[in-house]
Amino acid sequence: MRITATVKLLALGSAAVLALSGCTSSNNGGNMLQSLGDNEKTVSLLGWPGYAEDGTTDPAYDWVTPFETATGCDVTFKSYGTSDEAITLFKTGDYDAIAASGDATLRLIAGGDVQPLNTELIPNYAGVYDFLKNRDFNTVDGMTYGVPHGYGANLLMYNTKVVTPAPTSWSVVFDGASKYKGKVTAYDSPIYIADAALYLMKHNTELGITNPYALDATQLAAAVDLLKAQKANVGEYWSDYLKSIQSFTTGDSVVGTTWQVIKNYTPAEANVEAILPSEGATGWSDSWMVSSKAKSPNCAYAWLNYIDSPEANAAATEYFGEAPATPDACAFGSKDFCATYNAGDVEFEKQIWYWTTPIEKCLDGRTDVKCTDYAAWTQAWLEIKG
Amino acid sequence: MKSSSGARVAANAEATLAHRISTTLYSKPKLRLRLLLSAPVTWLGLVYIAALLALLVTAFFTVDSFTGNLVPGFSLENFASLFTNALYSTVTFRTIGMALAVTVVDVLLALPIAFYMAKVASPRARGILVISILMPLWASYLVKAYAWRSVLSNVGIFAWLLRPIGLDTPGYSLIGAAITLGYLWLPYVILPIYASLEKVSSNLLEASSDLGARTWSTLRRVVFPLILPGIVAGSIFSFSLTMGDYITINIVGGANQMLGNLVYSNVGVANNLPMAAAIALVPVIIMFGYLSAVRKTGALDNL
Repeated sequence: MRITATVKLLALGSAAVLALSGCTSSNNGGNMLQSLGDNEKTVSLLGWPGYAEDGTTDPAYDWVTPFETATGCDVTFKSYGTSDEAITLFKTGDYDAIAASGDATLRLIAGGDVQPLNTELIPNYAGVYDFLKNRDFNTVDGMTYGVPHGYGANLLMYNTKVVTPAPTSWSVVFDGASKYKGKVTAYDSPIYIADAALYLMKHNTELGITNPYALDATQLAAAVDLLKAQKANVGEYWSDYLKSIQSFTTGDSVVGTTWQVIKNYTPAEANVEAILPSEGATGWSDSWMVSSKAKSPNCAYAWLNYIDSPEANAAATEYFGEAPATPDACAFGSKDFCATYNAGDVEFEKQIWYWTTPIEKCLDGRTDVKCTDYAAWTQAWLEIKG
Repeated sequence: MKSSSGARVAANAEATLAHRISTTLYSKPKLRLRLLLSAPVTWLGLVYIAALLALLVTAFFTVDSFTGNLVPGFSLENFASLFTNALYSTVTFRTIGMALAVTVVDVLLALPIAFYMAKVASPRARGILVISILMPLWASYLVKAYAWRSVLSNVGIFAWLLRPIGLDTPGYSLIGAAITLGYLWLPYVILPIYASLEKVSSNLLEASSDLGARTWSTLRRVVFPLILPGIVAGSIFSFSLTMGDYITINIVGGANQMLGNLVYSNVGVANNLPMAAAIALVPVIIMFGYLSAVRKTGALDNL
């Protein structure tokens, strides 16, 4: 009896904390939870396609049902196609938790849409790769807002029959793209400007780019010029990965940026290879975050803890095609799972510039100039596509 | 005793009230009409007009660039960039060009098909033709667009047919998109032309020929003026549907974008609803101009 009363009190307390955080969430998302209460009956999640499979897509892939059985939280999951769509959906307040990439997380934090996390209430967080913790896309002012889900790089994919000699640099889609005019493909999002900026960072050092997400007006203009020149050779842009698989299979695209999962699902007879070019690459590290308006914060915390458990993390990240957030997951995936995605390979990881939201305050620490923000990048991207 | 008389009084009052209402309505036909129309008019007003007004009002708002929150107010910023930024005029002209091309191609294809259906085919063949024209409308728009994606691809039917004669598939390009859109809207153009051709009496064609007109003059001077409203009605469909399209161009249009894509990007990518609203007004205005221009032909009675 006594115990239930205490638990109820705790739940009440956390609800009060949440109610408070709801009121004060104007800029930092309010206070973090100090303790957990009873699980609510339902939890509403938002994430990339394939981040919470309950067996309806393929009965062989189901890591949601074990969670529901163990916690009593019924999961409703909605997937989104781009980070921008994710933000629009999440702002409705209908979701308890979101799996967001770095180009969305900072915007959610600044908008007061997510709450800081008490990682002590998420035991599996301890097992997460250290290099994924306390990064600028999941931690602000020392507060952790997201627990890692998985990470990956935007690789360079090419058709080995058509693209010869085998490329080792992104120059094949920039300065050398005219050789494959009409067959080059690129990712359809303003964040792709960072790919051009990364290329300029290595090849046009006089521009002084040190972080592809911190571009002043001149540097952005240089990246835009590079992308406008590239556009003449682009056959099509992709944001739907199935569309990209199809155009590489038919040969309508022969070279361009890709994800490991696209390479994996492209049939062998399409003769494609995916590499990490010498310049390094942009990439993503996704974080699960809890809404500042969460109706089921306890179930949301339970989900965050569950998704970083080795077994569930292996299932979710291998299904999507990315490296897991925790080394312990390797044991639960298929034999070459971690090797395929270079999980834990620090040399590989160091070459990835994770997606992060460009903001006015330069991310590379410069204070003498204002950097271009995501709105400027979006406008530039529309103009590049023309 | 008391309660039953009370009930009777109430029933009487009810009867008198109903009676009074019906008498009033009977003697005032205008009031009757107003009451009858109020439900549909409210629906139209709320769902249609209010949505358009909301669109217009939103176009004057702005957005906080970092947090993405809407800032209500009155700003002409969106309209200024609509006119000063070359991006918007380029895309507007590309969209109008696409809509015109699709409309012209569809009308040219629809005329002979509709003529055959209405004047040449046997009643049985006519039924089969009407069904086969309506049939594609039962399939999802997306399925058809993706089907064209495979037809137009590097290893598709077009490439296979055209390469032996030295040509090539248009691929994923504006031409590819125009072909696909032309295919998608063709039934909407054929049907009004067919309907107006059916109304043209065969006696008129015979009379024209008896008076010495050749086939071409009969078509040009008798049939064409009679079916012009039908042609214009069909063109309204293909023109307006193309103006608003953003999916087909995404699937088979390669790296090109139309006005619909700019709206979509501003909602989905940029989270800039006010700019999207301002852009969305462009096709609305163009369609408004188009409709008022064709109103004189009587096409709107043929829709």
